Amino acid sequence: MASWIRLAWLIAAKDLRVELRSKTALLSSLVFAALVLVVFNFARDASLVSSTVLAPSVLWITIAFAAVIALNRAFNLERENASMSGLLLAPISRGVIYVGKFLANLAFVAAVELVTLPLFVLFFNVDIWDSLGGLLGVMALASIGFVAVGTIFSAMVVKTRFAELMLPVLLLPFMVPPLIGAVQVTTRLLSGRPLSEMLGWLRLLAVYDVVFVTLCVMVFPALVDE
Amino acid sequence: MNSELASARRIIRLGFALTAIALIAVAGVYVRALMYTPIEVRQGAAQKIFYVHAPAAWAALMAFSLVGIVSALYLWLKDPRLDLFAASSAEVGLAFSVVMLTTGPIWGKPVWGTWWTWDARLTLTLMIFLLFLGYLTLRAALSDPSERARFSAVVGILGLVLVPFIHLSVYLFRTLHPAPILLKPSKPSLPDTMLATLLYALATFTLLYIGFVTTRYGLARAVAAQSGREGTDA
Repeated sequence: MASWIRLAWLIAAKDLRVELRSKTALLSSLVFAALVLVVFNFARDASLVSSTVLAPSVLWITIAFAAVIALNRAFNLERENASMSGLLLAPISRGVIYVGKFLANLAFVAAVELVTLPLFVLFFNVDIWDSLGGLLGVMALASIGFVAVGTIFSAMVVKTRFAELMLPVLLLPFMVPPLIGAVQVTTRLLSGRPLSEMLGWLRLLAVYDVVFVTLCVMVFPALVDE
Repeated sequence: MNSELASARRIIRLGFALTAIALIAVAGVYVRALMYTPIEVRQGAAQKIFYVHAPAAWAALMAFSLVGIVSALYLWLKDPRLDLFAASSAEVGLAFSVVMLTTGPIWGKPVWGTWWTWDARLTLTLMIFLLFLGYLTLRAALSDPSERARFSAVVGILGLVLVPFIHLSVYLFRTLHPAPILLKPSKPSLPDTMLATLLYALATFTLLYIGFVTTRYGLARAVAAQSGREGTDA
């Protein structure tokens, strides 16, 4: 078990090291997130809709779009120089490869979220200080599920012609339950509601995470084994 | 290889026959619904569309579930015929969900006063339609048959698991849609004549689904046989 985690971590670390050296995907997702926030600000009439009403949905739509952009790169990396074959030749189980890729993607999406959040506070003038812990928690809970599915889909779409277009078409329906849950919880957090009002949604998010992470680990070998 | 093509032809002929019977039965559904079923008191004639809308929704959901189940079987047994069946079921299901999504608003406008509402079941069926589209778009974008089969099977399985989550998450909004009238613990809350028409329509659309899928599956088999033969010639 311990070596299993270590191997998965090695794969994740390799992905993150490659990314930190080039920084292209990370930088472009961050710039993209910032731009979406700016554009959203012009897409509302400030005299009609207050920013606090709109804030949770703006935050989560931005995160969803930026995450799709970030997930596109996951297996693009392995396509160059046929490095996916190298990875598959390694004497480790397919599940380990998947978990490694998943962890790298999760770190990636988390980085995008951690930059989006302060920009969101700055542009939309929302006070998140009191609910910061809860907000980070719900971000983690919502992201785990859709990153798990997104990792599977990004492994598929690199084989298609319009990978950048294919990923959102497949992934956005799977983002619906985590997004609804995340927006509901964020709204309640920002207006200082008690935990009991969020419990149902949090449970839904947690079950989604457990079910889809398990399922994705199980189906991943079917994707890579010829 | 020729026998493969011949058996594909037989399947297509069977599909045509089943579809023909189903189409005649569908005509029967219209006659029965329009002439021999009473007009609903509050909704008037608009309610007649129910006998198309509900069976189409039923056929679409059945098609969707079968795509998921057969996809799982494919990953287990690796029989290419299962993949062809899943693809056929998805195409036919897409057609039925288009019928469901067009008749729904036509019925909704006079009765609810709105074409569309984000009610739980409407959202769910729309998502199923979008999942069908994603599934078929992915298939179209992959050229290697084995890759296409494996990838789309994964999407089929994940989609089937996603549906209860979407249902649960959108259900927590207020819902306009009528509560279940057929599959509920107590007696179905529909007058007997209307219920009979509905059940007849459901059976008819099931047959129509089987006819369509059989035909489409036969065609897929013929295409596979043809491309297999070209493969050996080359």
